[in-house]
Amino acid sequence: MSVLVYTENWDGKFKKLSYELISFAYAIAKELNLPVTALSIGKVEDDELKSLAKYGASKILKLEDDRFESLDNKALSDAVAKAAQKEDAKVVIIASNNEGKAIAPRVSVELDAGMVTNVVGLPVSIDPFVVKKKVFTQKAFANIQINADVKVLTYAHNSFEVIESPVDITLESFDAEIPDSEFHTKVLDTHKVTGKILLTDADIVVSGGRGMKGPENWGILEELADLLGAGLACSRPVADEGWRPHEEHVGQTGKIIAPNVYMAFGISGAIQHLGGVSSSKYIVAINKDPEAPIFQAADYGIVGDNFKVIPQLIEAAKEMKASE
Amino acid sequence: MKILVLISNVPDTTTKVKFTGDNKSFDTTGVQWIINPWDELALTRALELKDAGAVEKITVANVGTKITEPTLRKALAVGADEAIRIDAEPSDAFYVATQLTQVAKDYDLIMAGIESSDYNGSGVGGMLAEMLGINSVSAVSGIEIENGNMTIHRDIDGGSQTLTVPTPLVVVVQKGIAIDPRIPSMRGIMMARKKPLNVVPAVDATPKTTFLNYELPPPKAACKMVDEDNAKELLRLLKEEAKVL
Ligand SMILES: Cc1cc2nc3c(=O)[nH]c(=O)nc-3n(C[C@H](O)[C@H](O)[C@H](O)COP(=O)(O)OP(=O)(O)OC[C@H]3O[C@@H](n4cnc5c(N)ncnc54)[C@H](O)[C@@H]3O)c2cc1C
Ligand SMILES: Nc1ncnc2c1ncn2[C@@H]1O[C@H](COP(=O)(O)O)[C@@H](O)[C@H]1O
Repeated sequence: MSVLVYTENWDGKFKKLSYELISFAYAIAKELNLPVTALSIGKVEDDELKSLAKYGASKILKLEDDRFESLDNKALSDAVAKAAQKEDAKVVIIASNNEGKAIAPRVSVELDAGMVTNVVGLPVSIDPFVVKKKVFTQKAFANIQINADVKVLTYAHNSFEVIESPVDITLESFDAEIPDSEFHTKVLDTHKVTGKILLTDADIVVSGGRGMKGPENWGILEELADLLGAGLACSRPVADEGWRPHEEHVGQTGKIIAPNVYMAFGISGAIQHLGGVSSSKYIVAINKDPEAPIFQAADYGIVGDNFKVIPQLIEAAKEMKASE
Repeated sequence: MKILVLISNVPDTTTKVKFTGDNKSFDTTGVQWIINPWDELALTRALELKDAGAVEKITVANVGTKITEPTLRKALAVGADEAIRIDAEPSDAFYVATQLTQVAKDYDLIMAGIESSDYNGSGVGGMLAEMLGINSVSAVSGIEIENGNMTIHRDIDGGSQTLTVPTPLVVVVQKGIAIDPRIPSMRGIMMARKKPLNVVPAVDATPKTTFLNYELPPPKAACKMVDEDNAKELLRLLKEEAKVL
């Protein structure tokens, strides 16, 4: 028996999310007295795979098969379910991201498991198995009991710390034996966002709203984001106006993010906007209107003009960098 | 091509989230029920494809009690051809997907939303596909049909893709699939009254999860204010007090 984690890789590399997943799995596995097995699909060097041992994975199933590059949902789910069966997994942990949300429901049906998505912490209890998840677009949580023997959880990014718990690791090749006829997805074109920090990965996010007045003023936000190593986001009207690309728009109809700190410049804090950012550990608001609703959600704030505040922050960030 | 659009009935997204009875249930007093925003966009795209001549028929389906009928009527009023309501309390994604298998078999394309805006389950679309033994594509932000050939756009972690997958297929849609939902016209509302809304009895199924209770996030401490002329202090606080820089 084991706890199985599905770890994606990005061009052969793991991310902080991968280590969060293993740390989270290890903490659950400890309570169940089980080992953690990680399933890795695609080409990842052995050294990179072994890095998972640092966080508690004692076995890696290595599935190197180019056919999975098309991210065919059916074939991928079959592979994950087969790995879970082989390892007799009691709990299967998958990230709550695009790929994870695509396969977890299918895997749960294949394993006759109970599934809870968007889980935000360790189980509230093990027997019965109860987990806490986000509901109402981050406005509340719900405690859900899973009644099936096998549990499939999708883990909400940034809700658990990366914790080092080194163990010995074994690598094992794994063949899911999925016939070609099970792969139906034909990818015609892939567009990868490169060269900048992905919004959904960023620990720090700098975001601008209509209070930035126009696209020509984004230079200072970009400079600040660069200095802080932050991702860039915006409110929906900013994307609707074409000031910024739609992939930067956060909120109910945009990306949902949960960075350590979200810095909102000239954003009023409409409920639909907050729906995408309220899981951030800290929210910082800069707004010239002291009545702006964003201050209700914020932990730190400045009532003031963006164009007076941002240059000071840039200067402070430069000083901070210089002193590091 | 025949399309089935799955419709989840949810509280209006501006509803103040309140709970009653020891946080065991959601307070529905004064709540306006709407078509789940993602499903509304899925339906919008289905209608656009029908207008373009690529789709013959659009059916909408919901698993729910009688209170969801106005939501289904609204889907008919904006242009769906028929509605199906499976008469059951939608207790969890597994239960809902199991119910839908009875009506989902004869469609080329089944459209589900990425999540219900209330429970944020992200479950029903994928589960239904697996139960039907057909493929699925998730995080779908665009669908085009030309000469009967369907092209799909989806988001992947760190980018986006254009792809094809043979039908029958479940697509789980998200932002981008359509821009502005349609608003029912007076004529649409009149016509909707005459369109079929078939009620189907539930099949036996046991949910795999039990909802226990809600929790509201702990109340936020008051926002700590920094003076506009001393903005540097903000970064110091983030670094030394919050320890996030
Ligand atoms: C169904 C639906 C879904 C939606 N989904 C989303 C979504 O996903 N994401 C989203 O963001 N919105 C969404 N919206 C829109 C949302 O309701 C708000 O209209 C939007 O978030 C407002 O954007 P904003 O804060 O940039 O602009 P505004 O509300 O116009 O606020 C601008 C703010 O800037 C401040 N300001 C002005 N000048 C300065 C200055 N010089 N210095 C400092 N501050 C200044 C003002 O005081 C004001 O508070 C949605 C709406 C609907 C109806
Ligand atoms: N009760 C229901 N009846 C019909 N479809 C549903 C129901 N609940 C959810 N769905 C569909 O499944 C999608 C995802 O919902 P969920 O898994 O609840 O987050 C929704 O956007 C709907 O398309």
